[in-house]
Amino acid sequence: MLNQTEWWRYLIVTVVVAVGIFYAVPNLFGSDPGIQIRGARGLSLDSNLLGRVEAILSNNEIAFKSLSQDENNIKIHFDETATQLKSKKLLESELGNSYSLALTLLPNAPDWMSDIGALPMYLGLDLRGGVHFLLQVDMDSAIQRQVQNAVDGIRSTLREERIRYRRIVANEDGTILADIRNPEQRKEASDILERDFLELQIDNAASNEAALVISLRPERIDEIREAALEQNRVALRNRVDQLGVAEPIVQQQGADRIIVQLPGVQDTARAKEILGRAATLEMRMVDEENNAAALEASQSPPGSRLYRFRDGRRILLEKRVIYSGDNIIDAAASLDHNGGPIVSITLDSTAATINSRITGENIGNRMAVVYQEIVSRIRTDDDGSPILNDQGLPERMTERVEEVLTAPVIRAQLGKRYQIEGIGSINEARDLALMLRAGALAAPVEIIEERTVGPSLGQANIDQGVLSVIAGLILVMVFMIVYYRIFGVVALTALSLNLVLIVSVLSLLQATLTLPGVAGIVLTVGMAVDANVLIFERIREEIRNGNTPQASIHLGYDRALSTIVDANITTLIAALVLFNFGTGPIKGFAVTLSIGILTSMFTAILFSRVIVNGIYGGKIVKRLSI
Amino acid sequence: MQLFRKITAFDFLGWRKTAMIISGFLIVVSIASLVFRGLNFGIDFTGGTLVEVGYPDAVEVEEARDLLIGNGLEDAVVQHFGTPQDILVRLPSIALSEDGGAVKLSSRVMEVLRQPYDETLIDTSSLSTQQCVSGGTVSDCRIQMRRVEFVGPQIGDELANQGGLAVLYALLGILIYVTFRFEWRFAVGSIVALIHDVVITVGMFALLQLEFSLPVLAAVLAVIGYSLNDTIVVCDRIRENFRKMRKSDVIEIMNRAINQTLPRTLLTSLTTLLVIITLLTLGGEVIRGFSFALLIGVLIGTYSSIFVASPTILVLGIKREDMLPVQKEGKSAEP
Repeated sequence: MLNQTEWWRYLIVTVVVAVGIFYAVPNLFGSDPGIQIRGARGLSLDSNLLGRVEAILSNNEIAFKSLSQDENNIKIHFDETATQLKSKKLLESELGNSYSLALTLLPNAPDWMSDIGALPMYLGLDLRGGVHFLLQVDMDSAIQRQVQNAVDGIRSTLREERIRYRRIVANEDGTILADIRNPEQRKEASDILERDFLELQIDNAASNEAALVISLRPERIDEIREAALEQNRVALRNRVDQLGVAEPIVQQQGADRIIVQLPGVQDTARAKEILGRAATLEMRMVDEENNAAALEASQSPPGSRLYRFRDGRRILLEKRVIYSGDNIIDAAASLDHNGGPIVSITLDSTAATINSRITGENIGNRMAVVYQEIVSRIRTDDDGSPILNDQGLPERMTERVEEVLTAPVIRAQLGKRYQIEGIGSINEARDLALMLRAGALAAPVEIIEERTVGPSLGQANIDQGVLSVIAGLILVMVFMIVYYRIFGVVALTALSLNLVLIVSVLSLLQATLTLPGVAGIVLTVGMAVDANVLIFERIREEIRNGNTPQASIHLGYDRALSTIVDANITTLIAALVLFNFGTGPIKGFAVTLSIGILTSMFTAILFSRVIVNGIYGGKIVKRLSI
Repeated sequence: MQLFRKITAFDFLGWRKTAMIISGFLIVVSIASLVFRGLNFGIDFTGGTLVEVGYPDAVEVEEARDLLIGNGLEDAVVQHFGTPQDILVRLPSIALSEDGGAVKLSSRVMEVLRQPYDETLIDTSSLSTQQCVSGGTVSDCRIQMRRVEFVGPQIGDELANQGGLAVLYALLGILIYVTFRFEWRFAVGSIVALIHDVVITVGMFALLQLEFSLPVLAAVLAVIGYSLNDTIVVCDRIRENFRKMRKSDVIEIMNRAINQTLPRTLLTSLTTLLVIITLLTLGGEVIRGFSFALLIGVLIGTYSSIFVASPTILVLGIKREDMLPVQKEGKSAEP
């Protein structure tokens, strides 16, 4: 008899349907307002913290729904937002600085489900509210810093080797020019440099008789870029943790960009302040010898440069950097016994050794803390109106703002720990400490994209999305039943299962569901019936051609198959291109569209066949309800 | 219920001259719009700042604009968004805040708009509303920031380039697949139909000066996928008919294929249009442009799979012999 389902088809369909429904279920539980507690700066939580938190809450008669701890988090569920807010304030003051507390929405699905990866869909920021930043890392600055280090290294090596030079300078294009005084020593200099500086290469074509043109090897530049990006990512991650955000995302994008996503953040001004502050700190010695003369003449001798304090006073600093913010392990703001704000700094061992040597040699001299920030400005002409480029866009330039925060006198040999005095106010000291603690950036960053969605709009987007999906589904269902009767019912069963499977796959992959993603689902609802329409029309045709009902079902499914596969693969090509090209929201659309195409092939071809066979298979049928 | 009791026998290919005139007209209008009016690019492509603000009651656009301009934001463009309580403030990428950084403009906009209500946002992490301090008490802000988008100019340029490339790659990928599965004339026919659809969809956006944003571009790519789906179904049938209808001539074979697939073509367009219309009416203001692009695209795509793809294949001179080797290949490649 025709149209009986083989056992293995039943098996596949049953398994897929069961697994699909299981992984879609967590989405039905909803979520509670909650608090997530993590150790600050990646510290782990101690085992008795859970008891402490419980005690604090019950001592203050705060009702909570549940309290649980896993490896890195403590999660507390509440009934309402008011208790959640109250508890956070309370816990913050009781637990102190070593923990980071964040308000969040915690999924309500039972723990055993989450343990095997059955989680609700991961909602994008346009649905849950929050802010998305794209930061551009200024690689030139990171490279330029290494070039300057190399210049210092070359100078001291040549001095040691008694090769005299006129000047050694870093050019703007990243090359170094070493002008050797005696042309006969040029070869020797070049050999020494090649021996001692593996990261450098000498450009013989560009070099002339006296001067060597030296540049960083391309491999080294790649290394610098990678290291700078990675360090920035870590530093940004630490800064984000200081903001108290649940489930923040900090990830690399492309060769020189970093994405930061902060769900639920309301006031982006502070977030921008903390993240975007592309501050790096560098310690440089004051060139005491030439300072007075240089200020007089407004001209700096080689090896030094004039800098300004915030109030405009100038000071001559050596170009050589002693150590930078990267070497700072900890920093805290406080008041000294005179009531003046201070920042206490702890260095890593490398910097501690250097610090101890340099300060030992320079007691009585000053050491300056230089604050560096990169800002992007639009070029203006003399009247202050913007200069436009060929495309009519305003021309931009990035400008480095350098400022001497303070230049305290070294009173004694310093080591691992020391204090900076002479900071304007306690607030300034606090900000400075936070920036130092959170980790300096290896290279300045600039926010080049921001997308913020307020929580009310996020909820509205979810509501409208759900409404559109349901309304679209109902319309298509009504239409299909009217048009295909029993077969219409089959199609809409397949369509409903398709929706469940899309939700299930999205939950399983924890792919981000965005608003365009929801639109993709709605579109899939319309397009997914296509496969069924193709099959059903073919069955009708076969009936018209005089085939028996059973044979028509068989031929209909058989002949429509290759058409369906061809049509879907080409749509999939478009979806994949979309996925590769797209950023954030567009990617979301491509993801749901691709998943929808794949699941719809399963439901329309395999699943609907099993149902049709269940209804008509294995018996004599006079006519089909199609 | 059935649209047609029997397989129809319309002479679609006989109308190819009329179709060419219609398509030609639409394309000329589209290209002229693109050239003379240009696309109204959204900030995704131009760079700039956009702030959507929710008021407690209906608000006058002029009021908000005067307030912004009076506070140093001369370039602000203000319009209602969806409801009279919502406004959208746009600032070109050329606008600067005092410190020269454009990224802080959005905060400045909110600050200025909150002035008449005498409220200031406080740093709060409440997950449901924004809280303000007003007259010494803390309460929900009366003016709520709904959405901020800031796109730096470098991003805009990149997106525009990548977007163009994405369309090209999609077309190329499809060209290769269809050539492999069918025959080069089918591939060219499909691509001509696709370019036809893309040009007219994008042209409509230029003609009506609707905002062309990133989601709209995504919709255009989805249209490519959809329209192709339609075309492939017809092509597939043409190939099958070449195999079966040994005695008929090419025009008859192709006409027959279009007629055989006609109910399916119309039906799928109908269900897809149904959901697009729900998206358009219920999906909210943010994805309106996206839905509209889909609407145009699906309409044009349906038309082109019937009246553009097949005539192109015919004009390229398809013959039965062309289908023979591919027939074998097609069969063995069938899963």
